[in-house]
Amino acid sequence: MREIDVSTITQTVSDLFLQANYVIGEDVMEALNTAAHQETSPLGKHVLEQLIENNRAGAEESLCVCQDTGLSVVFLTLGQEVHLVGGSLEEAVNAGVRKAYTEGYLRKSIVAEPLFDRKNTGDNTPCVIHTRIVPGDKLHILAIAKGFGSENMSRLAMLTPAAGVKGVSDFIVETVRLAGPNPCPPLVVGVGLGGSFDLAALMAKRATSLPITRKHKDPRYAALEDELLARINALGIGPAGYGGATTALKVHIITAPTHIAGLPVAVNICCHVARHAEATI
Amino acid sequence: MEKHVQLPLTQEAARELKAGDQVLLTGSVLTGRDAAHKRLIALLDEGKPLPIDLQGETIYYVGPAPARPGQAVGPAGPTTSYRMDPYTPRLLALGLKGMIGKGERGAEVIAAIKEHGAVYFGAVGGSAVLISRSIEKTEVIAYPDLGPEAIHRFYIKDFPAVVAVDAQGNNLYEQGPQLYRKTDL
Repeated sequence: MREIDVSTITQTVSDLFLQANYVIGEDVMEALNTAAHQETSPLGKHVLEQLIENNRAGAEESLCVCQDTGLSVVFLTLGQEVHLVGGSLEEAVNAGVRKAYTEGYLRKSIVAEPLFDRKNTGDNTPCVIHTRIVPGDKLHILAIAKGFGSENMSRLAMLTPAAGVKGVSDFIVETVRLAGPNPCPPLVVGVGLGGSFDLAALMAKRATSLPITRKHKDPRYAALEDELLARINALGIGPAGYGGATTALKVHIITAPTHIAGLPVAVNICCHVARHAEATI
Repeated sequence: MEKHVQLPLTQEAARELKAGDQVLLTGSVLTGRDAAHKRLIALLDEGKPLPIDLQGETIYYVGPAPARPGQAVGPAGPTTSYRMDPYTPRLLALGLKGMIGKGERGAEVIAAIKEHGAVYFGAVGGSAVLISRSIEKTEVIAYPDLGPEAIHRFYIKDFPAVVAVDAQGNNLYEQGPQLYRKTDL
């Protein structure tokens, strides 16, 4: 048994959300640079250069790169040999979110109840927490700051096995086409394929935080990721939706076993910054 | 390359702008997004006066991040505009001349933009820090309880934007992608 005091978790979660909101990953910055060199639309190229400059300024000045600092989503992967002490795990995670958003000049964007009052909770809590228990004595924390301009453009379909590769591909490309300029292209497209209704969506969310350079281990899915990216970029939506060759930077697919009758596909749309940060305690 | 545009927009200036024009906006704008729009429309439904005069105004769809000490405003990029579509035609009928946001507008909004000779400007989502540098001063005008969603007045200088829908109804979000769409995939 290894003891972890939950106050360490609070501090780590806070640090991760500050980092995710201020500093965009090297992988994303490289992909934006490459896209800016290759973009054929002059206006599209200008937009990409603005995004690069904006993200550099955020990192240098410790400013959030986007005013929508997101709904906080936390993936916890907890070793079963860990004994948590000092309080509740979920309260500790929420305390970390509260600390980052109140001390770090981040916008508070959460309403306590979705339909009637929609009153802002004032500290960006509660966050959404997904916990997996695994062998080991470590705790891995992945913090995602998910903007809702892109979240609102996400879709899920319960396809049938007959839909096959074409049905899945068409649904993913159609999701991006319908989103158009709204989710701040260029995009990172997270796809969850298989599992159940809920697991598909969860995998899609997790997929948005994978490194841009990552490819699916199965070469058939890796090829499908590339083919989908080409089809999406052929839509012409372009940077900011003003037209151009860069509509997405990457399509990530995560797969899971599924039912003999089903082919769930979830598409979580994420803007280019794909804000996330992770740490192991 | 960029056209300098003074706000409030005059009828003539609005008509000269063309979809795709890169502009730098100077003057002042009101801010408002989902919650503020909902309240304004509720007042109109009740036949009550609005807390703001919309004549000639431009509304920027934004909920800024908090300002650090010494700054006028925190990062303040555009939010997605279509969520304001159900409210927009009525505000245009009251004299609203310009809107700044990101993303497409519905057919009814574009028809109302044409009818009233208004302009919809696109700002780049993801350039919140750069945009905030063009905002020199802010004040809360109405609904302070809404926090970042309150109606502010922003005094802006050389705010970078693009004409997304012009007073003739031409739509950059439609015309731009058409030029780059490849139909063979």
